[in-house]
Amino acid sequence: MPIEPVKPPVRTLAELGSALVVPGLNLGNAITVGFKEIWAHKFRSILTMLGIILGVSSLVAMSALVKGMENGMREALIAIGGLEKVRIEQQDIPPEQQHLADQAVGLTVHDLYALRASAPLVTEAAPEMRAPRNTRVTKNSRPTDWANVVGTWPAAVDLNQHTVEHGRMFNQVDDDYARNVCVIGTNIRDQLFGDEEDSGRPPIIPLGQTLNIGGEPFVIIGMFERYESETEKKRRQYLKEHPVAQQTGPARSRGWGGRGRGGDFIFRMKNSTVYIPLNTMYLKFKSAVGTNSAPDPRLDVINIRVADVDTMNSALQQAKNVLMHSHKGIEDFSFMTQENMSEGISTAIRNARLSGGLIAIISLLVGGIGIMNIMLASITERIREIGIRKAVGASNPNIFIQILVESTVIALLGGIAGIVASYGFVQILVAISPTDNTPVITPMAGLVAFGFSALVGITAGIIPALKAAQLDPIQALRYE
Amino acid sequence: MPLVELRNVSKIYHLGGEEIRALDNVSLDIAGGEFISIIGPSGSGKSTLMHILGCLDTPTRGSIKLDGIDIHGASRAELAVIRNRKIGFVFQFFNLLPKLTVLQNVELPMIYSGISGRERRERAITALQMMDMENRAKHRPLQLSGGQQQRAAIARALVNSPKIVFADEPTGNLDSHTGETILALFSKLSQEGRTIVLVTHDPEIAARTPRRIEIRDGQIAKNVDARLAGLVRN
Repeated sequence: MPIEPVKPPVRTLAELGSALVVPGLNLGNAITVGFKEIWAHKFRSILTMLGIILGVSSLVAMSALVKGMENGMREALIAIGGLEKVRIEQQDIPPEQQHLADQAVGLTVHDLYALRASAPLVTEAAPEMRAPRNTRVTKNSRPTDWANVVGTWPAAVDLNQHTVEHGRMFNQVDDDYARNVCVIGTNIRDQLFGDEEDSGRPPIIPLGQTLNIGGEPFVIIGMFERYESETEKKRRQYLKEHPVAQQTGPARSRGWGGRGRGGDFIFRMKNSTVYIPLNTMYLKFKSAVGTNSAPDPRLDVINIRVADVDTMNSALQQAKNVLMHSHKGIEDFSFMTQENMSEGISTAIRNARLSGGLIAIISLLVGGIGIMNIMLASITERIREIGIRKAVGASNPNIFIQILVESTVIALLGGIAGIVASYGFVQILVAISPTDNTPVITPMAGLVAFGFSALVGITAGIIPALKAAQLDPIQALRYE
Repeated sequence: MPLVELRNVSKIYHLGGEEIRALDNVSLDIAGGEFISIIGPSGSGKSTLMHILGCLDTPTRGSIKLDGIDIHGASRAELAVIRNRKIGFVFQFFNLLPKLTVLQNVELPMIYSGISGRERRERAITALQMMDMENRAKHRPLQLSGGQQQRAAIARALVNSPKIVFADEPTGNLDSHTGETILALFSKLSQEGRTIVLVTHDPEIAARTPRRIEIRDGQIAKNVDARLAGLVRN
């Protein structure tokens, strides 16, 4: 006989059991057959995959958008000083202490000394005394639209995450002598001296120049770097490489709308900072000026930094104890941590993720139903084939796995295509609605989406696969 | 020991409360190397008998032993293995998978035997050579004539070197000349020592086998040796 018997030979039922393992599931072949089936019905398969493609790409795009949002918010959180920064603000005296109102001193520089001396958990502290309202910053009568003029200590640079790029921060001596010096943000420079972007020349560094704050001349001794979000940085970099055509005709302002220079609100605010020494602020603007000539030594805010977020509670308690002493037991101050903002960010992210994720999951589900539908149609078409396979020795698990693999292959191909499509999808989203927070596609999102599409494929395949596996071989062979 | 031992086998269907005995208390022995035909009009139960013999179906009552294995109580998965290893089927409508090439069709049973790709190929080509079909290996079934398709189907039935081959009206869908060549092929295979069971409704075809079993109303009507009855022409 030319054909050898198949090994191992099967002689008894017991041997059948061991032979069962050999034909087993034969995954490689099932996958090949699955691909062939898909290839044989290209158009149908693509339509089926489309559901998964849309589901996966919306899942990935959604997560990219949320990630972009999250990045933007975290950047902003760090820009305003991080979680370790705590603001001590004036607060109305509590009702039970109302009768002591005239004794209340408010936040003063003495609190700072007290904190320095007695609150070791507070690593840094800096005052913030704001200029009176209507204090304008001008240069040759050219005003800025808005400036945050603050009298403070040199430590504020560190505390508020400032970086002096040119010149220097004023020092203790400047403060002691109440010198008329200031350190400015780039937004102030842009408005008073010209924008480096607009001029196209090397950046203007107005060190040594004089500007007017509330009518007083101040010498610029330092300038901060430009604070901006990653997105804004990229945008400017792009503009530098691809300059736009010069605007022709008379210079015109396009108003307030659109993408303002300075990017996000928080960054714009930070770029509009003008720091002057605390003593200068007090002497020039708060000691005896205006209609009400009583001097006002109160600070608006004391910024402190705690050593560690974990010891936040004990640090705040310590600071409170110290301040209660210096405030004669009157609680006319309160602590503002950034935890609220951090929690707000987390909540916003969670909500966005939940709603977006829900929509994406629903569309994946619809895709899965599409797969199940097409697999059911497919096995009805192939009843005879299944009968033949069973007649030549395919077991029910063989058929089950084959159908399951087919639906999984469709779903996985759809998943891969969906991940690829999501890149395009994100680009379209960015084009339609420009946000300051560039969507970021994370590998994790791709992985999760891929996993979900596999899950959907397997789940959608189970019922058709069971149906196919349980077909009676005789009736399947007779099926026309 | 006979290759197939059928003892008091009945197959009973229930259709709307009515009991239909497709097979009624059939006992039958088939020895190794026999060339045997099962003959009967449609509805006689010959297909049911073949399905039970071919382990596609299980009897309601009675026992079968195939190659020493008691089929009684075998699970569906075990029946699948038995079909795969010990039984080959040839059908009236060839039943080749149209999307696969002839070679892939012939390889099909071995896929479920867990035979490696290379061995599958070698064995499939050997089987096709036996059928004089190796030059059609890359064709699709629909590109072949009926006779060629049936030869490919026979190659598929033989490729796992089964103990017994069932042919269900193998010439039913072929013209008489091609049918003749297919029958000649079965005779040749029988002479090579294979056990072949031919299921047909045509006495002329049945007459070519040394042994005939006639099924009527689910029972064996006659059990004659064709040679003794003078029914064999050649």
